Amino acid sequence: MAAAGARWNHVWVGSETGILKGVNLQRKQAVNFTAAGQPRREEAVSALCWGAGGETQILVGCADRTVKHFSTEEGRFQGQRHCPGGEGTFRGLAQVDGTLITCVDSGVLRVWGDNDKETSDPLLELRVGPGVCRMCQDPAHPHVVATGGKENALKVWDLQGSEEPVFRAKNVRNDWLDLRVPIWDQDIQFLPESQKLVTCTGYHQVRVYDPASPQRRPVLEATYGEYPLTAMTLTPGGNSVIVGNTHGQLAEIDLRQGRLLGCLKGLAGSVRGLQCHPSKPLLASCGLDRILRVHRIQNPRGLEHKVYLKSQLNCLLLSGRDNWEDEPQEPQEPSKLSPEDTEADELWASLEAAAKRKLPDLEQTPGAFQTRRKKKKRPGSTSP
Amino acid sequence: MEETGGSRKKALKRKSATEEPQEAAVVKDEATESGVQPPKVSAFPPGFSISEIKNKQRRHLMFTRWKQQQRKEKLAAKKKLKKQREALGDKAPPKPIPKTIDNQRVYDETTVDPADEEVAYDEATDEFASYFNRQTSPKILITTSDRPHGRTVRLCEQLSTVIPNSHVYYRRGLALKKIIPQCISRDFTDLIVINEDRKTPNGLILSHLPNGPTAHFKMSSVRLRKEIKRRGKDPTEHIPEIILNNFTTRLGHSVGRMFASLFPHNPQFTGRQVATFHNQRDYIFFRFHRYIFKSEKKVGIQELGPRFTLKLRSLQKGTFDSKYGEYEWVHKPREMDTSRRKFHL
Repeated sequence: MAAAGARWNHVWVGSETGILKGVNLQRKQAVNFTAAGQPRREEAVSALCWGAGGETQILVGCADRTVKHFSTEEGRFQGQRHCPGGEGTFRGLAQVDGTLITCVDSGVLRVWGDNDKETSDPLLELRVGPGVCRMCQDPAHPHVVATGGKENALKVWDLQGSEEPVFRAKNVRNDWLDLRVPIWDQDIQFLPESQKLVTCTGYHQVRVYDPASPQRRPVLEATYGEYPLTAMTLTPGGNSVIVGNTHGQLAEIDLRQGRLLGCLKGLAGSVRGLQCHPSKPLLASCGLDRILRVHRIQNPRGLEHKVYLKSQLNCLLLSGRDNWEDEPQEPQEPSKLSPEDTEADELWASLEAAAKRKLPDLEQTPGAFQTRRKKKKRPGSTSP
Repeated sequence: MEETGGSRKKALKRKSATEEPQEAAVVKDEATESGVQPPKVSAFPPGFSISEIKNKQRRHLMFTRWKQQQRKEKLAAKKKLKKQREALGDKAPPKPIPKTIDNQRVYDETTVDPADEEVAYDEATDEFASYFNRQTSPKILITTSDRPHGRTVRLCEQLSTVIPNSHVYYRRGLALKKIIPQCISRDFTDLIVINEDRKTPNGLILSHLPNGPTAHFKMSSVRLRKEIKRRGKDPTEHIPEIILNNFTTRLGHSVGRMFASLFPHNPQFTGRQVATFHNQRDYIFFRFHRYIFKSEKKVGIQELGPRFTLKLRSLQKGTFDSKYGEYEWVHKPREMDTSRRKFHL
């Protein structure tokens, strides 16, 4: 039942104990999925991305350098592949045309072919430079990726093109003491409908780069707070970004003027994952305080849902679908169960309506969340 | 109608308050008819409150009279209730439990359920796992902020007698980030830094060493040994037992484990010494006692050792790095202290 309902989960969160958690905000349930049936710290999830075919598959990058395939339709792990090469954990995971792009901490970016054989060589390998903190894929041009890290300037690579980066950013000028400004790109996003990129740094700066302009230095720079910014996401409008820092402060920064639009309260620990919904004004955030929060960004700004998830959360994926409710028609279900389901749905829907009558910045009742343990065995395939 | 100030008091006390309604420009007939004891509510026009009287003496008088009236009513109600209970005898309903902030505490969703497997796995594999698996035994380094004064120095010395296998070193203005790699190479497992401000210790940084979390506490109510009344003789070299009280939430568990990992695993019961970390309303009280069982149920305790109160300010993942480290929990007063009944530990 939980496995069948997995496709309706709104948020998928990867944790440090290796558990993939699917959270359904309408039904207020959080379900754990593990590949081996037991949580293992060696499999701590470090990167998540949607697989091929819409949002039916999730690629889970683990700390032991395996990428696991998880099917949301069936609610279980389907296979995995080992991606050796370089050192460190995955800093970026992307897929394009059935191939898998991985980038690790030491700067080895590899493109892997579709076959599940683990002894296959990568199709393409690039050395990006040591100390990579993030690799991000351009959603408009899936062959274009950007990488950046600690003392590793922003570079944009075209995987179909040459082995040299398409755009290599230059550091800003020396500061007022004539000292070199250190570089620490923590998160990168591509702005839609242009070639621009936004990065947030560990030195609490938000920078916009424009490869189309002759200037290799940032076009816009804004600072927020005093603590390293760890995560960033674009808002639905496309004009602003929301950044989070190691103290759990979330801020919305306008990219046209470089000023602070507003802050979001609630997080107590370092922000590890942030994602905005593409059309609704919702923001999901997760962090080291073990709680997943969904905020509403505008009219009015405030907390919508709060889920305690028991393990430190590393990354998340927010479902971009427009229909937030469960689809009641599920032809695989026997007809006996469907009246109960619709009754249950109606019950929850009526509860939702009651809750919405309150002030929107009150938290949803936390006691209503149940976490169910789901031990899923992989169908016997090769183990690493 | 205007009397002298001296006689006014008596007049006000006896008569109904006929002057007040006149000030309010509406006189109710009930006021004059009610006689000696003015029923307060009907004596005044609706919407009148004592605070609207501009004359301070008269206002004060009205207020004291109102207060006495309230007290009398309360006493009468209590007596009545007591009489009813006595009349009912055994059939009286049980006394209602008084509401305290502790029992009105808002339920914290992060409270750890002992049967929870995920949390149990998380704790079994966290940074303290090597201590709880008996693979490492603690070795503590105690130091202070630079140039400590007498109280702090003495607190450090006393702490080192309380915590076994601990060493006190003078800070010498060294940076913590330089001290920590040296400690790790010398097999220290924990670092305690007592921060001092204006000659009194006011902060404590507890960092678990190989790569473990760093907790930053506010320290208050520090009492050194000579300031403790009716204390026992100095603590001996026996390893004390530990009591950790009331660390219920997940954060509380992490902090409790940090404290537990300061002391070796095998307490020597012949020493009869116990260190207590008692959490109440997010304040952690540290006490060090020697106990003796006078009979099976009666215990005598003597307080030895220093005593202080801690309040958690932040828990940072990784060793001490306040600027670039990632925080697992930061105390934000304006967001977290809005409710008097919500606690985080």
